[in-house]
Amino acid sequence: MASDGSNPQSRVLTGVHFMLGNYATSEGALAAGCDFFAGYPITPANEISERMSQRLPEVGGTFIQGEDELFSIYAVTGASIAGAKAMTATASAGYNHFQEGIGYAVAVEAPCVIVDVQRCRGENFATQADVMQMRWGTDGDYEIIVLAPSSIQELFEYTVRAFNLAEEYRTPVIVASETTIALMRERLDIPTAEEIEIVNRKYTDLSPDEYKPFAAPEYGVPDFAPLGEGYGTIYSINPHDEEGSIDWDPDVYERMYDRLTGKIAKNRDVICQPRSFAVDDADIVLIAYGSEVRPALDAVQMARDEGIAAGLLKLDAVWPVPEEQIKKATAKAKEVISVEMNIGKYANEIERVVAGRVPVHRCTKNRGIIHSPEEIYRSIKEVWK
Amino acid sequence: MSPKLYPRRENTRPDSLPHMFCPGCGCGQVLNYFLRACHELDVKPQDMTCIGGVGCAARIPVFLDTDALHGIHGRTLPWATGIKMTRPDMPVVVFAGDGDALSIGGNHFIHAARRNIDVTCIVVNNLNFAMTGGQVAPTTPLAATTMTTPYGSSEPPFDLCKMAETSGATYVSRWTTAHAMQAIRAIKTAMQHTGFSVVEIITGCPTHFGRYALGTGDPTKVVDWIKSAAIPKTRADKMDPEEMSEGLVVGEFVNTQRPVFYGSTIYESGDNDETS
Repeated sequence: MASDGSNPQSRVLTGVHFMLGNYATSEGALAAGCDFFAGYPITPANEISERMSQRLPEVGGTFIQGEDELFSIYAVTGASIAGAKAMTATASAGYNHFQEGIGYAVAVEAPCVIVDVQRCRGENFATQADVMQMRWGTDGDYEIIVLAPSSIQELFEYTVRAFNLAEEYRTPVIVASETTIALMRERLDIPTAEEIEIVNRKYTDLSPDEYKPFAAPEYGVPDFAPLGEGYGTIYSINPHDEEGSIDWDPDVYERMYDRLTGKIAKNRDVICQPRSFAVDDADIVLIAYGSEVRPALDAVQMARDEGIAAGLLKLDAVWPVPEEQIKKATAKAKEVISVEMNIGKYANEIERVVAGRVPVHRCTKNRGIIHSPEEIYRSIKEVWK
Repeated sequence: MSPKLYPRRENTRPDSLPHMFCPGCGCGQVLNYFLRACHELDVKPQDMTCIGGVGCAARIPVFLDTDALHGIHGRTLPWATGIKMTRPDMPVVVFAGDGDALSIGGNHFIHAARRNIDVTCIVVNNLNFAMTGGQVAPTTPLAATTMTTPYGSSEPPFDLCKMAETSGATYVSRWTTAHAMQAIRAIKTAMQHTGFSVVEIITGCPTHFGRYALGTGDPTKVVDWIKSAAIPKTRADKMDPEEMSEGLVVGEFVNTQRPVFYGSTIYESGDNDETS
């Protein structure tokens, strides 16, 4: 870090770097205002913790290495409720243990950022196999925001955005990192602090007598109140009404989960900002997320060079599903190819969205290695013939 | 200070009473002790965060006029750690059942004690899993009958206070609902203590432990059993271990000071002057 030549006391290491992906994730968190990190060692996520243990005390934050992942996720939700911008990071097997706490964070609307550096089960090879566990892992009904970066630059930027979305929607936000990018070094441009947009949660202006901790506009987000100042909020996973009172009433339960899921699902067009590459005139539209975007984009270029009208829709948020944007990008396509580094999981969502209008082909690879551009290009040619 | 005064209703959550504890349940008494301790110390739950997990004792903070976290089994101390690191100025009190502190949350308990987080942990030990209907707990006495040990428990119980002490807690005491004044005094000492303070309170559960293990659902008989099982530390120190193997030693076991935890890494000076 010293070789960066920047001021280590600063939260934002403005400048051009050649940085490890996991470090870029940590720097994104710091730039976003993260002041609490709890983690438990696991490869290939360790460099995130190591960087945070060094950098957080420098900026007045707290780093804790917990006794397990359950500690991490609950220390993070506790810190969040107490006012911190809190983050934890793990790899796939550790993410299993987070699921319980993610359900709590969803129910009490505790903003936090969770990084999953996806790895193959039992080994640290490349995969995108957790794309469904990030969406459906905890018990009960919920919607969740999952961002899938594809480069070191995006690890930084998406982590900043993850904090902003967490604060805006009072929800856990997942950064779906991968072994590929987490352990890679490439160029990272960190802008100045002034150039980075920061969103902070809203605290109530009301007195304790007037304040209702979980009252919000339809599909909206309630304001926070500080702890220990007489607001008497109960942050319970149990069904709770707008006052925060634990209450088993079918109407209360239905209303609570209608808002909790609606605040994300109804805002999917704002949350999801996918990018299109050569999609407008494309006969074949590839859809990819995370590191698979890189070979997919190369494959599109190879196809274009051979006169095949291919394009790419690059997803940033994989959850919620950018339904309208997928429909729009595939409206004129004759074939759709879902590119994934797993047995073919997100392809089901794409099939659901296009609803039989156009065939969805699967270009999957599940052997711990990212696709080469040639492999994806071969899929394009097979579909085209 | 007015020892005869009924606990301060003003520190209970508006419209939360009556509570949902069974008749004769010790949780109501622990709630009572805590309110009394707050009153005598002239501190308010409104200025704190109180934490419950899952179980009967976990409901205690719901009846207090306080900010509360509730509803996850065994994760009370990770929550407390995250909150205390973020708001070191604010008192944090955990109400944990024996299942919460010693079974599902046992690992967290050990590490909270090892770190010496500045949190008070009141462990309400009713010797069984009561909310779920009276199953065996890690604190259930050997040979006791419960809903999942119909032929008697084959598992030796934990001694929570010994574990707290060897793990590094800096204040540890055990009392029972048959020792109200001592329990209130211990809660007051714990709340004034800087560091991880543990007060274990053995409570009666007539509905489950009473009926299944003791053969009585009569609250007074359950308290009589607790009283007969309790051996004051001063007496226990003179007894041989065989003689008191069935007993529950009550008293203050640890009251010491060492640096409290403010994060995993020592920064700059290496001497955290916030520890007192």
